[in-house]
Amino acid sequence: MTGAMILFLILAGLSIASSLLVIFQRNVVHSAVSLVATLFFIAILFVTLDAPMVGILQVLVYAGAIMVLFLFVIMLLHPGVLERRGVLWWGLGAVGAMLLIFELVPLLSESSWRAADQAPITGSFGSPEMLAQSLFTDFVLPFEIASVLLLVAILGAVVLAKREI
Amino acid sequence: MIIELCIIAAKAFLVLFMVLNLAGILGWIERKGSALIQDRIGANRASVLGFAGLGLVNTLIADPIKFLTKEDFVPPQGDRLLHTLAPCLALFPALVTFAVIPFGDVLILGDRVINLQVANLNVGILYIFAMASLSVYGIVIGAWASNNKFSLLGGVRGSAQMISYEIAMGLSVIGILMVYGTLELQEIARAQGALLWGWLPAWGIFLQPVAFLLFFTAAVAETKRIPFDLPEAEPEIVAGYHVEYSGGKFLMFFAGEFAEIVTAAGLITTLFFGGWQVPFLMRDGFHFPWGGSVHLPHLAVVALQVGAFTLKVIFFCWLQILLRWTLPRFRYDQVMRLGWKMLLPLALVNVMATAVVVVTLQNL
Amino acid sequence: MVPLNYYLVLSAVIFAVGVAGVIIRRNIIVILMSIELMLNAVNLSFIAFARSLGSMEGQAIVFFVMTVAAAEAVVGLAIIISVFRHRQTLDPQEMQLLKW
Repeated sequence: MTGAMILFLILAGLSIASSLLVIFQRNVVHSAVSLVATLFFIAILFVTLDAPMVGILQVLVYAGAIMVLFLFVIMLLHPGVLERRGVLWWGLGAVGAMLLIFELVPLLSESSWRAADQAPITGSFGSPEMLAQSLFTDFVLPFEIASVLLLVAILGAVVLAKREI
Repeated sequence: MIIELCIIAAKAFLVLFMVLNLAGILGWIERKGSALIQDRIGANRASVLGFAGLGLVNTLIADPIKFLTKEDFVPPQGDRLLHTLAPCLALFPALVTFAVIPFGDVLILGDRVINLQVANLNVGILYIFAMASLSVYGIVIGAWASNNKFSLLGGVRGSAQMISYEIAMGLSVIGILMVYGTLELQEIARAQGALLWGWLPAWGIFLQPVAFLLFFTAAVAETKRIPFDLPEAEPEIVAGYHVEYSGGKFLMFFAGEFAEIVTAAGLITTLFFGGWQVPFLMRDGFHFPWGGSVHLPHLAVVALQVGAFTLKVIFFCWLQILLRWTLPRFRYDQVMRLGWKMLLPLALVNVMATAVVVVTLQNL
Repeated sequence: MVPLNYYLVLSAVIFAVGVAGVIIRRNIIVILMSIELMLNAVNLSFIAFARSLGSMEGQAIVFFVMTVAAAEAVVGLAIIISVFRHRQTLDPQEMQLLKW
């Protein structure tokens, strides 16, 4: 039971617990705060997987901006009534999730994929320089398209949410 | 292994100790300093055995006792869990941001080289922006959990202001990153020891003056200090998102705000004013450009560097307090216009101009 | 040294939780949040594979997934706002005008 394994188990338990809280809370704001916690724990998992740049970007972009947007919209729309619960849907949802887990877990526990540290990596793996090199040489076209996509999303959101066009 | 952990723990304790103490002392400087600026006496009534100590007893002993013994209530329709969580979410980023700010070069004890920075991340300054973006949550959740229209209004304004000025802050730092070529704050501080034209230290303020002004403005707006403190202004919206908080929770918000002042001062020092650099001080002593040199033992050099860092941080904290009691506050639409229509384009122009200059100088 | 399949199993569990959220909840914002959970689970398995194979491509792909998730969340929330203005409800069962 090395330190890395203990850390992973703690983080895994916390992220599963907070993601369960996301779907089980009746209050929407509580769900949103639980999702922020889940994103934060997943970002810490990224950092333990030698991806510090992506982990920090996850906190900066996902937990720091997208979830703030979610919270704004929740507060704007202010759903006063807590939603009704249907037993049928809960049963179906639980059955669906259980099926998915029982299908995926044995498949993914194949012993042919053992250690996560298989490939030897340099000291700067996952650093900003390496990510930038990959983004600006191999993936420069998706990068540019992603910026156009963000522009389109901004314009679309502004037009959709305006009161009168 | 254990020794490494002990060293890191000692550094973390030292930094937290310094930040929290400075935050407390800043409360005193704020009250007495504002009195000095406004030509009045300030708080001097609370005294121990007749010793009022220039208002120190009042601010550092009487105020915390008052805060901690007040009744801790949650508004009746408000959300109990979120109301208690919000001050913690506001205080946490303000304290952990200081982990990547270097307060000295290296301390060499025997054969152990200790980097005087709590955590040397290779993403460096992005960590600070990540924590700054987390500090919006304290405001948003505190405003919502109070179930109060003024609180919600203050919270929405505050969070919109914070996310707008985060962008300007980030873009203004890109110029510094391009000039020094690294994201790590310790490397940026070290690179500012170089001498331009043989005599001028390569501090960020000389290489990127526009970026300094933009960053300073954006940092003051992020911490919601006057002139940008409309979200928490007393006469305007009854203290905004603070209104339903009293006692220990308000003390946490308060301490979080002062800790953010210290963090902003620490960042400005590291990026633009050389961090722990004393002009002409190298690792073995002073080397003046006109030829003279003074040899100093290693511990004296370290002490000088840490002292210089502390002095610069205190100077910028004092500057922010001076700014608070000098300028009137902006109206909210003026704040948003400044952030989006003036700081953001200026920051982009700064980035482009810096890029052109850097590439030209590299190819010469 | 944590085996790769531990990360993949964690990713599968979080993904299943997201799927359950989409099926169960009757609040469209929570459904959108469950979709974000699913995207994050996939990001986690991408990063785990990137580390296991020693390739930076996994991390670049996660960068793009984050970007697309941001754009999708923005547009989705704008649509929800404008539907709320007309229907005054966040229940997806009520938004069935196109159902024949």
